[in-house]
Formats: sequence, structure tokens, C-alpha cells
Amino acid sequence: MAEALLEVRNLSRRFAAVDALKQVNFCVEAGEVHALIGPNGAGKTTFIHHVSGALKPDSGSVHFAGTDVTALSMHQRVAAGMARSYQITNVFLGLSVLDNVALAVQGRQDSGSSFRFWKPVIAEQGLFDEAFVYLEQLGLAERSVSLAGNLAHGEQRALELAMALATKPKMLLLDEPMAGAGPEESARMVELIEHLARHVTILLVEHDMTAVFRLADRVSVLVNGSLICTGTPDAVRADPAVRRAYLGDTA
Amino acid sequence: MAFYRPAPYQKPLAIALLLAMLVLPNVLTAFGQEFYIGFATRILIFALAASSLNLVLGFAGMFSLGHAAFFGTGAYVAAICMANGINDALLVFPLAMGVAGLFALLVGAISLRTRGVYFIMITLAFGQMAYYLFVSARTWGGDDGLPLVGRLNLAGFSLNDDAAFFYAALASLAMSIVFLGRLADARFGRVIQAIRENETRMEALGYPVFRYRLICFALGGGLAGLAGALLANLTGLASPNLLQWMQSGTLLVMVIIGGVGYLYGGMVGALILLCLEEVLAGFTLHWHIGLGLLLLGIVMFAPKGVAALFGKQHG
Amino acid sequence: MQDEVTQLFLEQALNGLQFGLMLFLLAAGLTLVFGIMDCINLAHGSLYMVGAYLVAAAAQAADSFWSGLGAGVAGAAILGLLLELSLFRQLYKRDHLSQVLATFALILIANEAVRIIWGAQPVMLNPPDALSGPVEIVGFFYPAYRLVIIAFGLAVAGLLYLLVAKSRVGMWVRAGASNREMTEALGINVQGLFTAVFVFGAALCALAGGLLGPLLAVQVGMGESVLILAFVVIIIGGIGSIRGALVGSLIVGSVDTLGRALLPTLLRATLPADAASTLGPALASILIYLLMAGILFFKPQGLFPARA
Repeated sequence: MAEALLEVRNLSRRFAAVDALKQVNFCVEAGEVHALIGPNGAGKTTFIHHVSGALKPDSGSVHFAGTDVTALSMHQRVAAGMARSYQITNVFLGLSVLDNVALAVQGRQDSGSSFRFWKPVIAEQGLFDEAFVYLEQLGLAERSVSLAGNLAHGEQRALELAMALATKPKMLLLDEPMAGAGPEESARMVELIEHLARHVTILLVEHDMTAVFRLADRVSVLVNGSLICTGTPDAVRADPAVRRAYLGDTA
Repeated sequence: MAFYRPAPYQKPLAIALLLAMLVLPNVLTAFGQEFYIGFATRILIFALAASSLNLVLGFAGMFSLGHAAFFGTGAYVAAICMANGINDALLVFPLAMGVAGLFALLVGAISLRTRGVYFIMITLAFGQMAYYLFVSARTWGGDDGLPLVGRLNLAGFSLNDDAAFFYAALASLAMSIVFLGRLADARFGRVIQAIRENETRMEALGYPVFRYRLICFALGGGLAGLAGALLANLTGLASPNLLQWMQSGTLLVMVIIGGVGYLYGGMVGALILLCLEEVLAGFTLHWHIGLGLLLLGIVMFAPKGVAALFGKQHG
Repeated sequence: MQDEVTQLFLEQALNGLQFGLMLFLLAAGLTLVFGIMDCINLAHGSLYMVGAYLVAAAAQAADSFWSGLGAGVAGAAILGLLLELSLFRQLYKRDHLSQVLATFALILIANEAVRIIWGAQPVMLNPPDALSGPVEIVGFFYPAYRLVIIAFGLAVAGLLYLLVAKSRVGMWVRAGASNREMTEALGINVQGLFTAVFVFGAALCALAGGLLGPLLAVQVGMGESVLILAFVVIIIGGIGSIRGALVGSLIVGSVDTLGRALLPTLLRATLPADAASTLGPALASILIYLLMAGILFFKPQGLFPARA
């Protein structure tokens, strides 16, 4: 068995009287594309928040790259190599595309401290050169000087990926990258993710089943805050519990 | 939003203004209007105080209503130093900045855990706490404040002469504005401006947002402390009223009139407000009514401030 | 000796209760305005000041404290209505910066207007003759008027509790405080609700100002210091929560009163005399702020957060 990059152990969380997550055990192996699916309200977003560090669990733990990160805040997890993209496009609309990615490069600890008060950033060519490389990878090189706010929807999603990549993650946490995309954009995004998957482990939360079954090495299914099944796409498709949850199959 | 970038004409204009300021005391003296040297110095000092608030409010988006506490702390540090025979500006000014900055660090460490309306009220409350502390501190004059005997010395020169003191204030303001301008373009400036726009995204890019905000808050407090030390020297008194929240409100009004998030916003605002005060007060004892109505008008009709009328920052 | 200490403590505890209840009258309206409308209103203290002046003027004209109180409160409510319709209605949708600037401007205008109308000298407001003396309770004398204030405060607090916790309007108000969009989506006339809450808040301000008038000087600037205390109350209690406002008010009222009365004595007993005499008043004056900082450190949303 490959080494686990992300391991979630017995994670539970209650909101008021609702068990949002119940004893979830979950594992992403290094190098794989692991998709997390589930009907609306299954607790996927809550789960993602616990992985990224936006929320803290009532009990259970999150381990990443061999260390317990349960107590770490979001930015500390990012520094440890966990990057995320957002369901709703979340880029700096008033900044140029290049500036957006440069900001992500600058945030990395190995690019130097950001407690610098005197030297202009524009003199730091290295930041922008590196940012440009990520833009090339995601096919945004020609748009580098445009304002992020002027990009098409699909381009903004790609920019979001470029920013996540620029943090040099070990694992990319993609929260519904196909959300709001048309069929053409979706196809393009699937290609991009396929391309990225060669270099980085991906945890993909997605509704678009075509994309999920095309991209994922393994799929986990979350229903009502419990993980009911993990396996290869084919195995999951055939699982009776999954069929019940999704299709209401009584068989 | 975009990162702050001054309109192209602003730098030459600022340099021209600085040169004009260099001869201002001579011009005023030549016309027998020495009284206005003190007034001009006051404008410079408030320009510095308002600019320090603009760093916190405009660049980092932290809506502090307790900024006067740091301003007043600086004033008291200067007064206490001088009461204890420490007269060297090169020692007192950094000390005032340091103490005010540390105090801001403390206030920020608690206040910055909150957002929105909460943050506004908490900074206000902490500011008031400092005010009451000084009011009840009988050792430092309590209600009446702590008077200063004479002014500081700078590198062996006495600043007792009004023109000399004017230049000291001018140098402080100019250096601070240059620093703030550099800061806006530097890594730190980019980070705080981006945090202002979207702190969650910055957190998700790996930035320890709290730390950046806190340092920025403390920097603003330190600069306000410098302004306070200067003002105490100008007026010869460190009064608890300097820490009072209405004073924070006045600084805020300056920043808003001048332009929130514009490098020269604090300067423009201080100039306009203090001149307005001077003119209105000449007409009527009740000039506050006029000021209040004017502010209401600005909120309703020119919400982006006067600086926004010249050049543009966004885009 | 023992009796004296107990007596002092009891008396100060009653003073604290009385002060806390008056703070509650101010904080109740303010916390709702902040909570429901997400609007910061620095001029709330000015309503308190103007309310006190109106009560004083009306009481003098009618030669009766109680008629004056009624007329002053009604006047403040009308003023609140006018302010809401002309200004605040525009402000709700604006950012906090505009709200602070506009309400700061209102303070300047209100202070100056009061100065023009009533002059810079404090105005005297006398308590009703029947209540001017002390009454004896469990072995010591306590001013009758203060007892009446306490009774008033308790009555209004109880009424408010019933109104907010039990009535339909109260339900809307609570819903508005915890989730404004949802309340609007449910078809509740939020605009009308806002107006009602604002006017009600203004009336409570004037009530507090009028009741406190005979105890404190009715003067320009009286609103600002009390506004900050109301802020501290709201911060401690949690924005938008009436229960938080009540608990916060009682905490702030009693800690401040008891601190000022007892802390210097306590310090004198434990510290050298000169250290105690410098530290005592200073510590007493910032006690509630330290308390606020402490509470915030553990509960940044206050004791009873209205929003999840």
C-alpha cells in the first residue's frame, strides 16, 4: 500500500443538535486523485473545512505528511503543503493575473519573509518569473497582464488553480472545480486537472460524475456525515449502499 | 481593488510642496505672520497622525476608533521624558514611537480577534480606557495633563524656536510619508492590502493574517506616537484629551475627508479640516454645527473623500 | 465595624444595580440597532443627552417631574423617528465608515445645538418632592428616588424581556438580529421593524437620561461617556442580544460602582499608602475595560452571541 499523505481519523463534529460528521476515517495516498462525492447536505463542505483547517473537530484528528495537523491553523497547513481552491471563484479581481499568482508565490516561506517594508516588490523579478511559469502551465500566460476581474469564468478557475499550485503543495484540495462551468469549460478543466495530477496528489470534491469517474483513482462516498464506501470508481459504482444513497434504489 | 499606486503627477507635486514648505517660515516671518508658523506645524503633526491612521484603516482595512490613544501616549512619553530631564529628540521620539507601538501591539492582540462592528467598538473602548487611566493618574497631572518645560533638543540644537520646530515636524512627516509610500509597494504593503480585500484567501495562500494585521496596527500606533510627541512639544502640554475618543473621531474624519487608502489622504484631510476649523471658528463660536453639517454632506454626496476627486487609486 | 462594611457594601451594590439598569435602557436599543441593522450608531449617546434636556425643560415648564419625563420621552421618540426616516434609513446599507462619520457628525451637531438652546451651563433637574428624602431599608438609609429608579429599571427590563422573548414582534426582532436576510425573505417588513426599533431605542435613551437627570448633571457631553459604557456592555453581552445587554449592564454597573467604592479601601489594606492612593483610582477607572478584555480573550463574540 502506498504511503498515506492525508489521514483523517475518527473525525466527528456536531453543530447544535446535528451530527455533521460522524467518526469519519479517510485517507488520501500520495500520488493519487481521490474524489469525495456525496449528495447535497452530506457534509462534504464541513469535511473540507476540517481538512483545510477552517474548522476544528470535536474529536478525531487530521494527519498530513506524517504529522498531526489537527491543532494547526489554515495558514500553517498551507505552509505544510496543503493548498486549496474554492467552490466559488476566489481570486483578487482588482489585481492583474500575474499579481494574483505572485502573491501566492510570495506567501511561500521559501520565497522569503514578507515582513519587508522597504524594497518594492516590482524589483523582485524572481517572484514574477516564477509566477509566470505557473501561468504557462495553466495556459494563462497570454492573460498575465489582464485584470483577474476581466477573465472569463473558466480562466478564473484556472487562475485559482495556478495560485494554489504556486504554494508548491504536496496535496491540492479542489472544492468543486467544475461548479458553474459549461460543458466546454468542464472538459478543459478535466484536462488541466489530469495534467496537474501527474505532479501532485489531489483531493477532489465534485458533483460532476463524468469528471469524477474520469479523473479519480479512488472514490469515497459521504452520506449524512458518514463515510459509507471507499474504492475504485467501478467498485463504488457497483456498491449497493451507494446506489441506495444516490438513486434511492431499494434493491 | 488594486495595490495602491499614486497618480503620476503626485510625486513631483509632493516634492514641490516640500520645497515650498522649506521656505514657508521665512515667508511668514517676512510678512509678519509668525503666528501661522505654529498653525502650519500643527497641520504637519496632524497630517502625520492622520496618515498613521490611514495606514491602519486605509491600507490594512482595520477600522480603529481608538487611534488617539496611541497619539496621546506618545505625547505623555515626551512629557514624562522631559519631566525627568531627558531632552534629546533622538532618544525621546523613538521612545515615544516604541511605547505607543507596544501599547498598540497589546490592544491589537485582543481587538484583532474580532471583526466588523465589534472591532470598532473594542478599539474605541480600549482607547477610552487609556484616557481614563491618564485622567486618574495624579502623578502625571490627572485631568490637567502634564506640562512640558521648553522643547526637545535635536542633535544639540534647541527646538524652542518655532521655525526650527516647524522643520523638525516637516522632516518627521516627510520621512513618514516616504516610508509609507515605500511600504505600500513592498511585500508587507502588498500583503496588508490583499488582506484588506480578502483575508480568507490570504490565509489559504499560507499567510498568517493575524500577525500581519497586528504588526501593521502596531506600526500605525508607533507613528501616531511620534505625532503625539511632536504635538506635546508644540503645545507644551500632554493632555488626557489627546487620548479621548472624540480625538480618534477627528483623526478619522481627516482620513475620510482626505481619502481612505490614499498615501496623501491623511495630509490632505488634516490640511482641510484644520483650515476649515480656523476659518469657521473665526465666524462663530458654534462652528461645530457647520462642521457636522459638512460631514453629513460628505457622507451623503462625496463618500470617497476629497483625495478621490484627484487621480484615482483603484483600477 | 462589621456592620458598617456590610452597609457600605449593600449600599454600593444597590447603586451598582441602579446604574446597571440605566445602562441597560441605553444598551438595549443600541444592541438591537447594531445587531439587526449592522449599523454603528455613535449618536445614541446624543439621544440620551437630548432626552435628558427635553425632560428637564418639560419638567420645568410643567412644574412636574413625571409629566416632564413623559413629555421628554415622547419628544425623544419623535426626534428618533425623524432621524430614522431622514438619515439612518440611508445609512443602513452604507459601510461602517460612512455610518461612523455620519453619526459622529450628529454628535457634533447635537452638542452644539444643545449649547445654543440651553447654554453651556449644566441644567438642574429636581427629583419629585415626595421622593427627595431617604427611606430606611434593613437598617440603613437609602435615597427614595434611587429606589424608584431601580423599580423603573426592573419594570422596563421585565417588559422588554416579555416583549422580545414572548411577543410576535419580539420574535421578528430576534430573527432579524440573528439572520437579517432570512427574515426579509420571510416577508417581514424589515424597514418598518427597523424604524420601530430605532424609535423605541430613542425613547429608552430619553427615559434613562430623564431618570438619571436628578442624580447627574444634565450637560453637554454627558452622552459620550455613557455611550462608551453602553458599548462595553454590548461587547461583553454580545451584539444583538437583549439578554446579553441585561447581563452585561448589570456586570458593568456593579463592577464599576463597587470597584470605585471599594477598590481604594481594599488596596489601602494591602499596599503601602502612597502606592494605593495612586493605583486605586486608576485601577478602579479601568476595571470594566480590563474585564471586557478578559471576557473577549475567551469569548470574542461576547457572552451571548446572537449570530451563530
